[in-house]
Amino acid sequence: MAMLHTVNKSPSERNSLDSCLSHAKTGSSVLLFEDGIYAVVKGSAASGRLQKSSGISIYALGPDLKARGIGENQIIDGVTVVDYGGFVDLVTRHDNVQSWL
Amino acid sequence: MSETIKKFLYVNRKAPYGTIYALESLEVVLIGAAFDQDVSLAFIDDGVFQIAKGQKTTEIGMKNFSPTYSALGDYEVTKIYVEKESLEERGLTPDNLLHLTYEDEDDDYAEKDSIHFVSRAELSDIMDQQDVVLSF
Repeated sequence: MAMLHTVNKSPSERNSLDSCLSHAKTGSSVLLFEDGIYAVVKGSAASGRLQKSSGISIYALGPDLKARGIGENQIIDGVTVVDYGGFVDLVTRHDNVQSWL
Repeated sequence: MSETIKKFLYVNRKAPYGTIYALESLEVVLIGAAFDQDVSLAFIDDGVFQIAKGQKTTEIGMKNFSPTYSALGDYEVTKIYVEKESLEERGLTPDNLLHLTYEDEDDDYAEKDSIHFVSRAELSDIMDQQDVVLSF
Protein backbone atom coordinates (compact mmCIF):
# COMPACT_ATOMS: atom_id res chain seq x y z
CA MET A 1 0.00 0.00 0.00
CA ALA A 2 1.65 3.23 -1.15
CA MET A 3 1.40 6.04 1.34
CA LEU A 4 1.79 9.74 0.72
CA HIS A 5 3.48 11.45 3.64
CA THR A 6 3.19 15.22 3.94
CA VAL A 7 5.52 17.38 6.06
CA ASN A 8 4.81 21.09 6.60
CA LYS A 9 7.22 21.91 9.44
CA SER A 10 10.78 23.18 9.20
CA PRO A 11 13.30 20.34 9.64
CA SER A 12 15.38 22.53 11.94
CA GLU A 13 12.52 23.44 14.23
CA ARG A 14 10.58 20.18 14.62
CA ASN A 15 11.44 16.50 14.22
CA SER A 16 8.46 15.90 11.90
CA LEU A 17 10.64 15.16 8.86
CA ASP A 18 12.99 12.84 10.75
CA SER A 19 10.09 10.95 12.25
CA CYS A 20 8.42 10.74 8.85
CA LEU A 21 11.58 9.45 7.15
CA SER A 22 12.12 6.80 9.81
CA HIS A 23 8.58 5.49 9.34
CA ALA A 24 8.18 5.84 5.56
CA LYS A 25 8.40 2.54 3.66
CA THR A 26 10.12 1.89 0.34
CA GLY A 27 7.80 2.89 -2.48
CA SER A 28 6.10 5.63 -0.52
CA SER A 29 6.25 9.36 -1.26
CA VAL A 30 7.05 12.40 0.84
CA LEU A 31 5.61 15.77 -0.12
CA LEU A 32 7.21 18.79 1.53
CA PHE A 33 5.20 22.00 1.74
CA GLU A 34 4.99 25.23 3.78
CA ASP A 35 8.06 25.36 6.08
CA GLY A 36 8.77 21.72 5.22
CA ILE A 37 10.35 22.80 1.92
CA TYR A 38 13.48 24.06 3.68
CA ALA A 39 14.62 20.41 3.85
CA VAL A 40 15.43 20.39 0.11
CA VAL A 41 17.92 23.28 0.23
CA LYS A 42 21.27 22.06 -1.08
CA GLY A 43 23.95 22.00 1.60
CA SER A 44 21.52 22.05 4.51
CA ALA A 45 21.79 19.53 7.34
CA ALA A 46 18.29 18.27 6.59
CA SER A 47 18.96 17.70 2.87
CA GLY A 48 21.68 15.20 3.82
CA ARG A 49 19.19 13.20 5.86
CA LEU A 50 16.67 13.39 3.02
CA GLN A 51 19.17 12.05 0.49
CA LYS A 52 20.02 9.08 2.72
CA SER A 53 16.45 7.82 2.55
CA SER A 54 16.46 5.67 -0.59
CA GLY A 55 13.40 4.17 -2.23
CA ILE A 56 11.21 7.13 -1.34
CA SER A 57 10.00 9.71 -3.88
CA ILE A 58 10.49 13.29 -2.71
CA TYR A 59 8.21 16.13 -3.83
CA ALA A 60 8.20 19.82 -2.89
CA LEU A 61 5.43 22.36 -3.42
CA GLY A 62 6.58 25.06 -5.87
CA PRO A 63 4.47 27.96 -4.55
CA ASP A 64 5.99 27.47 -1.07
CA LEU A 65 9.52 27.41 -2.50
CA LYS A 66 8.86 30.64 -4.39
CA ALA A 67 7.26 32.35 -1.40
CA ARG A 68 10.34 31.62 0.70
CA GLY A 69 12.85 32.72 -1.93
CA ILE A 70 14.26 29.22 -2.51
CA GLY A 71 15.23 29.04 -6.20
CA GLU A 72 15.19 25.77 -8.14
CA ASN A 73 19.02 26.05 -8.44
CA GLN A 74 19.24 25.82 -4.63
CA ILE A 75 17.46 22.47 -4.48
CA ILE A 76 19.06 19.02 -4.17
CA ASP A 77 18.78 16.59 -7.09
CA GLY A 78 16.02 14.02 -7.05
CA VAL A 79 13.25 16.32 -5.87
CA THR A 80 10.17 16.78 -8.04
CA VAL A 81 8.62 20.24 -7.73
CA VAL A 82 4.82 20.21 -8.01
CA ASP A 83 2.09 22.87 -8.05
CA TYR A 84 -1.25 22.72 -6.23
CA GLY A 85 -2.73 20.53 -8.98
CA GLY A 86 0.24 18.20 -8.56
CA PHE A 87 -0.48 18.04 -4.83
CA VAL A 88 -4.01 16.85 -5.60
CA ASP A 89 -2.72 14.32 -8.14
CA LEU A 90 -0.34 12.90 -5.52
CA VAL A 91 -3.19 12.49 -3.06
CA THR A 92 -5.34 10.66 -5.61
CA ARG A 93 -2.44 8.43 -6.79
CA HIS A 94 -1.72 7.11 -3.30
CA ASP A 95 -3.84 4.80 -1.18
CA ASN A 96 -3.56 6.91 1.92
CA VAL A 97 -2.17 10.18 3.23
CA GLN A 98 -0.34 10.72 6.49
CA SER A 99 0.29 14.28 7.65
CA TRP A 100 3.35 14.81 9.84
CA LEU A 101 2.42 18.03 11.63
CA MET B 1 9.87 60.82 31.59
CA SER B 2 13.32 59.30 31.69
CA GLU B 3 15.52 59.92 28.68
CA THR B 4 17.72 56.93 29.35
CA ILE B 5 18.53 55.11 26.15
CA LYS B 6 18.41 51.37 26.57
CA LYS B 7 19.91 48.69 24.40
CA PHE B 8 17.14 46.57 22.83
CA LEU B 9 17.82 43.34 20.97
CA TYR B 10 15.10 41.64 18.95
CA VAL B 11 15.95 37.96 18.46
CA ASN B 12 14.28 36.35 15.43
CA ARG B 13 14.30 32.55 15.35
CA LYS B 14 11.33 31.58 13.14
CA ALA B 15 10.88 31.14 9.41
CA PRO B 16 8.42 33.56 7.75
CA TYR B 17 4.89 32.53 6.62
CA GLY B 18 4.64 29.22 8.51
CA THR B 19 3.91 31.11 11.73
CA ILE B 20 3.05 34.73 12.50
CA TYR B 21 6.17 35.40 14.63
CA ALA B 22 8.31 36.93 11.88
CA LEU B 23 5.70 39.47 10.79
CA GLU B 24 4.79 40.34 14.40
CA SER B 25 8.45 40.89 15.25
CA LEU B 26 8.92 43.20 12.28
CA GLU B 27 5.86 45.23 13.31
CA VAL B 28 7.08 45.55 16.89
CA VAL B 29 10.52 46.65 15.67
CA LEU B 30 8.98 49.35 13.46
CA ILE B 31 6.72 50.58 16.26
CA GLY B 32 9.57 50.45 18.76
CA ALA B 33 11.77 52.48 16.41
CA ALA B 34 9.67 55.55 17.31
CA PHE B 35 11.03 55.48 20.87
CA ASP B 36 14.64 56.44 20.09
CA GLN B 37 16.28 53.46 21.72
CA ASP B 38 19.49 51.66 20.76
CA VAL B 39 17.99 48.86 18.65
CA SER B 40 19.67 45.77 17.25
CA LEU B 41 18.17 42.79 15.42
CA ALA B 42 19.50 39.25 15.44
CA PHE B 43 18.56 36.55 12.96
CA ILE B 44 19.44 33.08 14.20
CA ASP B 45 18.19 29.51 13.64
CA ASP B 46 15.24 29.51 11.18
CA GLY B 47 15.04 33.30 11.58
CA VAL B 48 17.69 33.66 8.86
CA PHE B 49 15.02 32.56 6.34
CA GLN B 50 13.11 35.81 7.05
CA ILE B 51 15.66 37.85 5.11
CA ALA B 52 16.10 35.45 2.20
CA LYS B 53 16.02 37.36 -1.07
CA GLY B 54 13.67 36.66 -3.97
CA GLN B 55 10.56 35.91 -1.91
CA LYS B 56 7.46 35.80 -4.15
CA THR B 57 4.28 35.01 -2.29
CA THR B 58 1.55 35.53 -4.90
CA GLU B 59 0.85 31.80 -5.21
CA ILE B 60 0.41 31.22 -1.47
CA GLY B 61 -1.97 34.15 -1.05
CA MET B 62 0.00 35.84 1.72
CA LYS B 63 1.58 39.28 1.91
CA ASN B 64 5.28 39.32 1.07
CA PHE B 65 6.63 41.42 3.92
CA SER B 66 10.30 40.92 3.08
CA PRO B 67 10.64 44.30 1.25
CA THR B 68 9.88 45.97 4.59
CA TYR B 69 13.25 44.85 5.99
CA SER B 70 14.86 47.22 3.47
CA ALA B 71 13.06 50.12 5.19
CA LEU B 72 14.66 49.42 8.58
CA GLY B 73 17.60 51.68 7.73
CA ASP B 74 15.22 54.65 7.35
CA TYR B 75 13.93 53.92 10.88
CA GLU B 76 17.53 54.08 12.15
CA VAL B 77 17.61 50.36 12.76
CA THR B 78 21.10 49.81 11.41
CA LYS B 79 22.56 46.95 13.43
CA ILE B 80 21.44 43.61 12.07
CA TYR B 81 23.32 40.51 13.17
CA VAL B 82 23.07 37.25 11.23
CA GLU B 83 24.55 34.12 12.76
CA LYS B 84 26.97 32.40 10.38
CA GLU B 85 26.42 28.91 11.78
CA SER B 86 22.65 29.19 11.34
CA LEU B 87 23.12 30.12 7.68
CA GLU B 88 25.54 27.25 7.04
CA GLU B 89 23.34 24.61 8.70
CA ARG B 90 20.54 25.66 6.34
CA GLY B 91 22.58 25.62 3.14
CA LEU B 92 22.48 29.41 2.78
CA THR B 93 25.24 31.92 2.07
CA PRO B 94 25.26 35.74 2.44
CA ASP B 95 24.46 35.89 -1.30
CA ASN B 96 21.05 34.31 -0.61
CA LEU B 97 20.06 37.19 1.67
CA LEU B 98 18.59 40.65 1.10
CA HIS B 99 21.17 43.43 0.85
CA LEU B 100 20.17 45.72 3.73
CA THR B 101 21.78 49.15 4.00
CA TYR B 102 21.42 52.50 5.75
CA GLU B 103 22.64 56.04 5.12
CA ASP B 104 25.12 57.12 7.78
CA GLU B 105 24.26 60.72 8.68
CA ASP B 106 27.56 61.07 10.54
CA ASP B 107 29.50 60.16 7.40
CA ASP B 108 27.97 62.38 4.69
CA TYR B 109 25.05 59.96 4.29
CA ALA B 110 27.30 57.25 2.90
CA GLU B 111 25.42 54.00 2.20
CA LYS B 112 26.60 51.28 4.56
CA ASP B 113 25.72 47.64 5.15
CA SER B 114 23.36 47.01 8.05
CA ILE B 115 24.00 43.27 8.17
CA HIS B 116 26.93 41.92 10.16
CA PHE B 117 27.72 38.23 9.94
CA VAL B 118 28.73 37.01 13.36
CA SER B 119 29.60 33.69 14.97
CA ARG B 120 27.49 32.03 17.63
CA ALA B 121 30.07 33.07 20.25
CA GLU B 122 30.03 36.70 19.07
CA LEU B 123 26.24 36.76 19.15
CA SER B 124 26.30 35.39 22.66
CA ASP B 125 28.41 38.42 23.66
CA ILE B 126 26.02 40.80 21.85
CA MET B 127 23.09 39.29 23.76
CA ASP B 128 25.00 39.71 27.00
CA GLN B 129 25.44 43.46 26.41
CA GLN B 130 21.72 44.25 26.13
CA ASP B 131 19.35 45.89 28.60
CA VAL B 132 16.29 44.27 27.02
CA VAL B 133 16.02 41.16 24.85
CA LEU B 134 12.76 40.47 23.01
CA SER B 135 12.38 37.02 21.45
CA PHE B 136 10.26 36.03 18.49
